[in-house]
Amino acid sequence: MSQTRIVEVRAGVLKKNDELARALRTRFEDAGVFVVNLVSSPGTGKTQLLERTLTELAASGQRCAALVGDLETDNDARRLARSGVPVRQINTHGRCHLEAEMIGDFLGDWDLGALDVLFIENVGNLVCPASYDLGEALRVALLSVTEGEDKPQKYPTMFNSADVALITKIDLAEACEFDRAAAHAAIHDVRPGMTILELSAKRGTGMAEWHQLLADRRGAWQANHK
Amino acid sequence: MHELSLAHGIVEQSIAAAERLRAARVVAVQLRVGRLAGVEAGALVFCYDIASQGTVLEGSRLEIIDVPLVVWCAHCLKEVELPGIQRLRCPTCDTLCGEIRHGRELEIASLEIEESDG
Repeated sequence: MSQTRIVEVRAGVLKKNDELARALRTRFEDAGVFVVNLVSSPGTGKTQLLERTLTELAASGQRCAALVGDLETDNDARRLARSGVPVRQINTHGRCHLEAEMIGDFLGDWDLGALDVLFIENVGNLVCPASYDLGEALRVALLSVTEGEDKPQKYPTMFNSADVALITKIDLAEACEFDRAAAHAAIHDVRPGMTILELSAKRGTGMAEWHQLLADRRGAWQANHK
Repeated sequence: MHELSLAHGIVEQSIAAAERLRAARVVAVQLRVGRLAGVEAGALVFCYDIASQGTVLEGSRLEIIDVPLVVWCAHCLKEVELPGIQRLRCPTCDTLCGEIRHGRELEIASLEIEESDG
């Protein structure tokens, strides 16, 4: 009977993704493109927000593009293409999240230097995307008023991993008897101090603040990567 | 359910480590999992058994070492362990604590191996 021994290894399980994400981050920084990763549960309004955001950014002369992840269908890419900006669909075929490797594959030969902002719409899922760094500069978690104020307590890892929280469909807050103060407190309990914006992509409420936040964060990012 | 993806990562890295260590067999893999790592341990162990089939790890145990959530309390000026992950507030003074010291870990801590003869 042979002896066994325990040997320390200390290897990150997500090492491969983390390394690929680091390489992507360097590539984005070199190209000067600010990358935003949108995460939320399904039906929170990521695509609707993105459609309006892309249309308005393009109208203001910003060069933007989007990568959109879904298990199946290219419905979201076709919807976002209406904004007139370049859009690519990533179908994960059952995988519940995007990984850095998929981002690299789907960027392909895209000329990142010709872009100011690249949005990544993650697969609708509040669990798995939290663990996967995509090389983004800003991670934005969406919470819609139809979901309930305690969503951050149910999915603390995701909200803790985000840089900014957006409360979406705010035009429906009253109809849903949504308690805004409770939602803010719930978000801050899992991510103290996180910036929170309330908006409605349908009505346009809060869009000016959202654009301002993107401009401010991009400015700070540019100042750090000159 | 990203546990299968994670299990593949664990298997891949453990095989590499076992080769480096010239292990004849791997008996167990010890994995440190933080409370905030977003991993369901039961699902991960289940996926590990599938992902390890046909490799040097087949039949080995995946042992989960839970890592509690530890934050820095700027009011008490010390690290405090939190009972849950829903409220990042100091249990003593109720201050919000955003600085996480432990709890995000997801790493292979060690391997229990049988060494090859000679």
